[in-house]
Amino acid sequence: MTDAEIRALILELICDIAPEVDPASARDQDDLREIFDLDSMDFANLIVAIHDRTKIAIPEADYNKLFTLGGATAYVGEALARSAARAR
Amino acid sequence: MRYPDDADRYATILKDPRSFVVSPNLADYEAARSAFSWEQARAALSGLPGGDGLNIAYEAVDRHARGPRANRVALRWIGKAGERRDYTYGELAISTNRFANALQSVGVKAGDSVFILLGRVPELYVGMLGALKLKCVVSPLFSAFGPEPIATRMEIGDARVLVTTEALYRRKVEALRERLPKLECVILIDAEEDSERTRSWRKLMQAAQEIFNIAPTDPRETALLHFTSGTTGRPKGVIHVHEAVVTHYATGRYALDLHDGDRFWCTADPGWVTGTSYGVIAPLTHGVTNIVVEAEFDAPSWYGVLAQERVTVWYTAPTAIRMMMKLGADAVKDYDLSALRFAASVGEPLNAEAVVWGVEAFGLPFHDNWWQTETGGIMIANFASMDIKPGSMGRPLPGVEAEILRRKANGGIETLGAGEEGELALKSGWPSMMRGYLHEEARYRKCFVGEWYLTGDLARYDSDGYFWFVGRADDVIKSSGHLIGPFEVESALMEHPAVAEAAVIGKPDPIAGEIVKAFVALKLGFEADELMRKDLLGHARKRLGAAVAPKEIEFRGNLPKTRSGKIMRRLLKARELGLPEGDLSTLESDER
Repeated sequence: MTDAEIRALILELICDIAPEVDPASARDQDDLREIFDLDSMDFANLIVAIHDRTKIAIPEADYNKLFTLGGATAYVGEALARSAARAR
Repeated sequence: MRYPDDADRYATILKDPRSFVVSPNLADYEAARSAFSWEQARAALSGLPGGDGLNIAYEAVDRHARGPRANRVALRWIGKAGERRDYTYGELAISTNRFANALQSVGVKAGDSVFILLGRVPELYVGMLGALKLKCVVSPLFSAFGPEPIATRMEIGDARVLVTTEALYRRKVEALRERLPKLECVILIDAEEDSERTRSWRKLMQAAQEIFNIAPTDPRETALLHFTSGTTGRPKGVIHVHEAVVTHYATGRYALDLHDGDRFWCTADPGWVTGTSYGVIAPLTHGVTNIVVEAEFDAPSWYGVLAQERVTVWYTAPTAIRMMMKLGADAVKDYDLSALRFAASVGEPLNAEAVVWGVEAFGLPFHDNWWQTETGGIMIANFASMDIKPGSMGRPLPGVEAEILRRKANGGIETLGAGEEGELALKSGWPSMMRGYLHEEARYRKCFVGEWYLTGDLARYDSDGYFWFVGRADDVIKSSGHLIGPFEVESALMEHPAVAEAAVIGKPDPIAGEIVKAFVALKLGFEADELMRKDLLGHARKRLGAAVAPKEIEFRGNLPKTRSGKIMRRLLKARELGLPEGDLSTLESDER
């Protein structure tokens, strides 16, 4: 997946949890919890949804790396690259 | 939630107070109880100079600012980006004086309602205490509320002033101003200039004097308005008076074991009663350093705060503790938490596993305690010196009399004994007892039978006098420690044009305790599909905000109702949980 695809996927999953938001308004440095009004339960559900769709494991200790849209995109991208490297 | 086996499954955590480095304020429970009187507790406070009564802000700020604690840090604020700002008691006295004067300069008077809709930023604390100095009625609102809960509460509370940010105002309040004709003054903490309908905090503060003398304050004057929810009807505005500070101080001393020189951190948001009583008032009345963290929960950053700030007393909540448990005790090992002396929890019963996990992770058990918005302060607690039975809420505070009662058909009550389940009741007369539900006298009176306040919580006590939570007597939902009224959520859903019926229950959740789940029946001609589910979810979230809106929505053709047309939430809940359906004699129309 390209970064753009990952970014779009994350926004799509957020829209499942918070359908009222406008994903186009998000900038990479924004805290997703703030701009999309996600509480801790919503955020945990987002992590589960990312895992379900990408199969990457996201340990609790890493949650704070996914607080921003840019951070989440990079984290998922790197995790996917690592698992692709292992598969090869 | 109920943990019936906790008493058997977990060994009592034994305490040896003589081995403590800091000797606990309450060393001997029985002795402290028999020696205690509220008059004496009141005498530990200063009172306004000249015997002019009792004002929360004076006890929290001015009396320290005039004494040897003037240069001690009262508030240490840690912002989202990790930035820090310190306010000494002396500085806090000046800024709260300025805000009291600023309010006065725009025509605000004693008795006016000042609502504060802010995250945990310094202006929240300055605003609250400054308004209390002017003897306004202060109502802090949770900034994650959506527009509807905000407007409802401001309507009920006759809001005259609102202190908020530019963004919160534009997103959540501006469009609803027509509903709030009494709202005359909106103060934006981050606006450079005044506008037609808003004022700049900065400009008001710049123009305000540094000296303010608190007018004589009758201890029975209203100080705070906190909102809570029942099963039916609108949220209830719980009235608390200045005298409540006596409870805040006494419980800070006994239940939280606050000592001079402590660095205290209460993780609750002041939009809920815990964050005001213990995130603002109790620590400041004790003259300790109060740590304020703006950011939302994140386990590693919380451990960082505990370590860097050398927090000595920590008051937090079950949802956060359970999230930390998921991360594991190992994650704590890298942090130096040697300063931490006492850890407490409130919001909902703390499960025994979590109490014990505290020992594994922090070397200290979590001390659960129990109280509610109506009681204004901690009523039942596990004390530092007392053995803990994991899963129990502990024993009543000195000055608090608790019983387990059963309401009788004739309107009377009967007192139950050890081991019997009934409604937890408290004998009237403690200083932070609510003095009313605003504009709802009948609803207020219904909480009392004679001298007993009935809490709506079902509980029992054991042969050692420890109280155990059993469940709620009504249908309110407790999610992440916050009470949510099903009616408020159902009303928002009913506003959607497709909805014919809605019923909301609390669905058990391992982290949040309960989550809000909605059952919805649609009007004819609407399709119950994924698109509709999302539309309803978005609709509810937009109105209510994430903290109150449902997390799950399920469609039904029809909801179960009684003959009188009342939706049977209990039946929906029993079916959701796979529990016995109970008495169905009043069921007229079942679900499809």
